[in-house]
Amino acid sequence: MAELSYREAVAAGIAQEMRRDDRVVFIGEDVAAAGGVFKTTEGLQAEFGPIRVRDTPIAEQAIIGATMGAAMTGLRPIAEIMFSDFFAVCWDLVVNQIAKTRFMSDGQCSFPLVIRCANGGGSRFGAQHSQSVENWAMAVPGLKVIAPSTPADVKGLLAAAIRDPDPVLFFEQKSLYGTKGDVPEGEHLEPLGNAKVLRDGSDVTIVALAAMVPRAMQAADVLQKEHGISATVIDVRSLVPLDATTIFESVSKTGRLVTVEENPRLCGWGAEVSSLVAEELFWDLEGPIVRVTTPHVPLPSADALEDAVLPNAERIVASVLKLAD
Amino acid sequence: MLEQRAYDLFMQNLIKGTSHLALGQEAVAAGFGTAMRDDDYSFCTYRGHNHTLVRGASMTGILGELMGRECGLLRGKGGSMHLMSVEHGAMGSYAIVGAHMPIAAGAAWSAQYRKSGQVAVCFFGDGTTNIGAFHEALNFSAIWSLPVIYVCENNLYMEYTPIGEVTAVENPAADRASAYGLDAILIDGNDVDLVYATANAALDKARSGGGPSLIEVQTYRHGGHSRADPGKYRPDEEIAAWLERDPIKTYRQKLLDAGIDTVTLDAIDAETSEQVDQAEETARNSQPPPLDIAEIDLWSDGSSTWRN
Repeated sequence: MAELSYREAVAAGIAQEMRRDDRVVFIGEDVAAAGGVFKTTEGLQAEFGPIRVRDTPIAEQAIIGATMGAAMTGLRPIAEIMFSDFFAVCWDLVVNQIAKTRFMSDGQCSFPLVIRCANGGGSRFGAQHSQSVENWAMAVPGLKVIAPSTPADVKGLLAAAIRDPDPVLFFEQKSLYGTKGDVPEGEHLEPLGNAKVLRDGSDVTIVALAAMVPRAMQAADVLQKEHGISATVIDVRSLVPLDATTIFESVSKTGRLVTVEENPRLCGWGAEVSSLVAEELFWDLEGPIVRVTTPHVPLPSADALEDAVLPNAERIVASVLKLAD
Repeated sequence: MLEQRAYDLFMQNLIKGTSHLALGQEAVAAGFGTAMRDDDYSFCTYRGHNHTLVRGASMTGILGELMGRECGLLRGKGGSMHLMSVEHGAMGSYAIVGAHMPIAAGAAWSAQYRKSGQVAVCFFGDGTTNIGAFHEALNFSAIWSLPVIYVCENNLYMEYTPIGEVTAVENPAADRASAYGLDAILIDGNDVDLVYATANAALDKARSGGGPSLIEVQTYRHGGHSRADPGKYRPDEEIAAWLERDPIKTYRQKLLDAGIDTVTLDAIDAETSEQVDQAEETARNSQPPPLDIAEIDLWSDGSSTWRN
């Protein structure tokens, strides 16, 4: 094990795969010579050279289109979209072209590509550089959707995404870039589509993603220490494919489900998880399913305002207590 | 002949949905298709029946796809606007204007990276020159010196509106070339020999590391934009003048002038007509696709599974 930051784990995951496969190439805005605006890709160009790690113009349609064209003709490209908000200017290429073409072509070609991005709030960047848009991607057939919460998962899931034969959108939570954790040295792969039980409890199941995971863990501590409530915390990690089994196993034991989502309320990923549980596990439930989300507003910039709208440990605790009443 | 048959089958309601025919624009597909190497890549738009055919896809596969039959190129999962035959290098027909331009750049980037000597050729209409992806793709291809050829088929109308009314320059592609450090190339797209020669020059340039080309070919679609459009917004004299310049008609005359005898040309026509008849017959007799294919092949493992 080595202690790495979440940002260092990004470069570690990419480097691991570039060393083993010449077809892996990496492009994006300021990713090569500058090492990324979040310094997530430092050292990659030095190790792999300017042909494999390459800066692009500010042209997201060109970046994503080129990534698609390269993937369908023998490469395994990785692209960076600097902020996930910028998907809005190249969403056609992602959802109409990359996601659909394998299906429409009756399986004539595949798209082994990864699009990484910095996603989510907590950095005071305002409404156009802070959104959590993983639920946009989840709504589109043909995209795999990954959002890690720890440095080890960044490395292992990113490496697995690069090796995957299908398009993967990889959502890094930008407020987590500075967090540190133990990361396995040498080859590390975490299979896509597995949720992870971080804490096993008996009274309530809290399901969270990315930056909401550490907040859910804090909430579980408070619930145990101050209220004697024993909570399971599950890090979803992968929205598509979704590990419903792990969630179901826990909810059938605890009888209570709380989802914690950073996205705004309407059509967040927790709504899908809630509907699955309601449909298939209704008779195991001992109370209503509760969703904790950001309100249905764009994210404000000021720290006081942003902190007020993003779900935090206090809101999670309050929601669980209300459910327990 | 295949396009005309597609039109006839629409009229009999055997082809549903919509379709965008390229009657009148055949010389572009023929000229480039003949010049390209078998392993080159082509990308085209929803007006892509001809471009798919010239790469080697079967008439049966094309008509079957238009008719939603099992014998279709994509077994009915794509339709008229999405013809594709990867085994022939026909890398798809794209129905969102401009989207395939950066995708073609990506195929060219891949060819450059793999040092394969392949070239990507991307066909698009005049209306595409006003969308962002056109400009992003050209700049991207120019700075990376990619082996890609962008071919603007200027048929004078974006859909229903004359391209000149909505474009800041006279020649929508050629006049933009200098912005990307490219030569302005503007040719008669109804002269198949000229198209062929121009294609060869651009292919040679791309293959020898000379980078991208942007070629504007002037042509005309004999019909409307799509099935729903009778094309009434075009002056009768304009249509008549372009019908006189029908590339198939004029090329036939050119061959006759060159001493090819009528019997030979008639034999080619008859053979092609028979192929189209055969393709129609096979497609008519083909079954609708099995329903279970509607839920397969989303992912590379053949499934569409999203949960365990």
